[in-house]
Amino acid sequence: MSAIPLSWWIFVATALFMIGFYVALTRKNAIAILIGLELMLNATNINLVAFDRYITPARVEGQVFAVFVIAIAAAEAAVALAIFIAAYRRRGTVDVENLDSMKF
Amino acid sequence: MEKLFALTPYIPLFPLLAFALIVLWANKNNKLSAGLAIAGLGLSTIISWLIAIATIVGGEHVQVEGWSLTIPWLPTGTGVFNMGFAVDGFTAAMLFMVPFVSSLIFIYASEYMEGDSRYARFFAYVSLFVSGMLTLVVADNLLLLFIAWEIMGLCSYLLIGFWFEKDSAKKAGLKAFLTTRVGDVLFFGGMLLLYSQTGTLTFREIFTPAVLERLAEATIWGQPASVVISLLIFGGAVGKSAQFPLHVWLPDAMEGPTPVSAMIHAATMVSAGVYLVARMLPLFAVVPVGSLQWVAIIGAITAFFGATIGIAQNDIKRVLAYSTISQLGYMMIGLGLGGFLAGIFHLLTHSFFKALLFLGSGSVIHAMEHGAHHAHDHETDPQDMMNMGGLANRMKKTYIAYMAGTLALVGIVPFAGFFSKDEILAEAWHQAGGFNFGSIAFWAWLAGLLGAFVTALYMGRQIGLVFLGKPRTKLAEHAVEPGKRMTYPLLVLGFFALTLGFINIPKNVPIIGNGWLHEFAGLIYESTEVLNLEALPLNWGLAGVATIIGLAGFFGGIALYRGHQAGQSDPMVKLLGRPLFTLLKNKYYVDEFYFAVIINPVVKLANFAGKFDYDWVINPIVNFVGNTGKWLSIVSGEFDRVVVDGLGVLGTARFFRWMGKELRYTQTGQVQNYLLVIALVSLSLVGAYLFGLGF
Repeated sequence: MSAIPLSWWIFVATALFMIGFYVALTRKNAIAILIGLELMLNATNINLVAFDRYITPARVEGQVFAVFVIAIAAAEAAVALAIFIAAYRRRGTVDVENLDSMKF
Repeated sequence: MEKLFALTPYIPLFPLLAFALIVLWANKNNKLSAGLAIAGLGLSTIISWLIAIATIVGGEHVQVEGWSLTIPWLPTGTGVFNMGFAVDGFTAAMLFMVPFVSSLIFIYASEYMEGDSRYARFFAYVSLFVSGMLTLVVADNLLLLFIAWEIMGLCSYLLIGFWFEKDSAKKAGLKAFLTTRVGDVLFFGGMLLLYSQTGTLTFREIFTPAVLERLAEATIWGQPASVVISLLIFGGAVGKSAQFPLHVWLPDAMEGPTPVSAMIHAATMVSAGVYLVARMLPLFAVVPVGSLQWVAIIGAITAFFGATIGIAQNDIKRVLAYSTISQLGYMMIGLGLGGFLAGIFHLLTHSFFKALLFLGSGSVIHAMEHGAHHAHDHETDPQDMMNMGGLANRMKKTYIAYMAGTLALVGIVPFAGFFSKDEILAEAWHQAGGFNFGSIAFWAWLAGLLGAFVTALYMGRQIGLVFLGKPRTKLAEHAVEPGKRMTYPLLVLGFFALTLGFINIPKNVPIIGNGWLHEFAGLIYESTEVLNLEALPLNWGLAGVATIIGLAGFFGGIALYRGHQAGQSDPMVKLLGRPLFTLLKNKYYVDEFYFAVIINPVVKLANFAGKFDYDWVINPIVNFVGNTGKWLSIVSGEFDRVVVDGLGVLGTARFFRWMGKELRYTQTGQVQNYLLVIALVSLSLVGAYLFGLGF
């Protein structure tokens, strides 16, 4: 493992993040945006774990953090999906362009 | 007997209680109010007479040294100011007279005032008045005396203006109050000076040889302190006893109900001034040629000129008013010549017969008003003697009593006035030592003697006009004697007018001579060693001259007027000449003089001050300040409205509303827009961090 340099991990993480970001910005389906968000979270997780492994291998905070992120992402996905279902029931769509009643 | 003196403080209390009860409780019930007043005063009369008897029984010890009750009243820096009551022979003599005469007047008034809409109030006022007078008599110090003095002044004002619907009554009340106030201020000043000199106002402490000596030696404004103080105090007496030049209020005071005139303005209150001078006489006398002569001079002027005015007046009560002024002048002559007893003896007898004369005149007026009612004539003045005549037949009791009072005033043997007036004239003659033109006493004697003639003349005129001859108007034809409550007090007073002189017949008169009052009341200031208190024997020649003069004036007056017809001009005009008569009729123009010299300038000054206040300075300043404030507040209000509210509060609100309106287009509601913004901002921040821009 140590043969792979840290920068590679960062490149992967960055790529994954940008893909997620792109998905989150461009897709109109709320579930797709959620998937994009999950991708960005996982990109972050890769960074956390990689930095933990390469910079402070004796300590575990990075990995613990990643576990927290996964847990919170799961909770977030549950809440978000519940909201989407509620929105769908009310409006018949989860297209974010139509979910704009907050605007003036 | 001595224990009776402990009742002294209660003498003024009962009328005061009656006053309070009438004012607070009984005022709706006329009969009850009158009853309360008479009962209160009746109790006081009984106590007063008990005390007078106790003083008689107590002998010289009580009469001269007196009894006193001292109450520490006000702690001052250096000691205690004492209030208290005192009784000596002089006080006892006053206590015999004041409540008794007053109660007779109360009984009389209970009928006279019937039908008046303020009947109860009348009895409240007179009760308060009597309470004041009795306090004055039993006071043992000058301050309590002054308080009582002012209470009487107030009551006098209230009672003169009792019928305040009449403009003249209102003005007369004011005049009396203001005129006596001039004297009161002087009196008060004198009192303050006395206190500053001696540290006490209690009579028995002042009238010791040592204190008097000190007062005579101390100087105020270059004069002996005693002279200055006593003249100031005399100023108070001049006001209260209506002496020249402050006599102008008393004739106008006749606007009050007649019982008031009898009680306040004839018998008691006006003699309070004489009482005061008598009480303070050692202070007057301690410097031999000092203030005392002024008392005599003022007295002589008043006695003579007051009497002369009386002969030209037509109002029955005004004649008596001038007579009162003149008689008070006699008392002042007596006191001013150092004749302590002569003054107070005349004070006592005069109170009885002048109360009698006033009540008699009230009875006549009452009868005339009855006649006016009967004849349906309300135009004719029921007080004008020219409208009377022949009343002797119609009102016998009043006539008899009135004659007794008249003869006493004229000074015919054996009526009371003979002895008392003669005592004054004898004192004056004795002091003058014969026809001594350089001596004040001689001129006082002459003024007194001529005054006696004039007095007799106007009383003869009055009897002739009122009671003798034939009725000159319908009013007099239908006059009816009033009821018992009015006539009986007259007869009782008539009895005293006849007999009261007997209490002090000089000792040299065979058989009946006694000099009793002299020993009883005349010696109280013996211990001060400044007064010459020996009793004078009767001077047969003088008494004879006075009697002849009195009789001549009296019968002259009757002869001139008994046949007077309605519409005829006054015989006095022919006798005196028109100018002199007009002068007398207009009271020597003293009122006009005061109007010209004092009142009008004061009114002008007041008007000037009023203009100064209203139009020129004070009001404009006030208005300026007010308007400035008003304008300032308007400006400040505008500032608030425009700048604070408009620009500050509303402006801020408007600014943010405008901003919000403009900025709300950024809120698209599209989550992804927001996300993009967040991303771009984050990127910019990261970029800025990385490239070191400002972090």
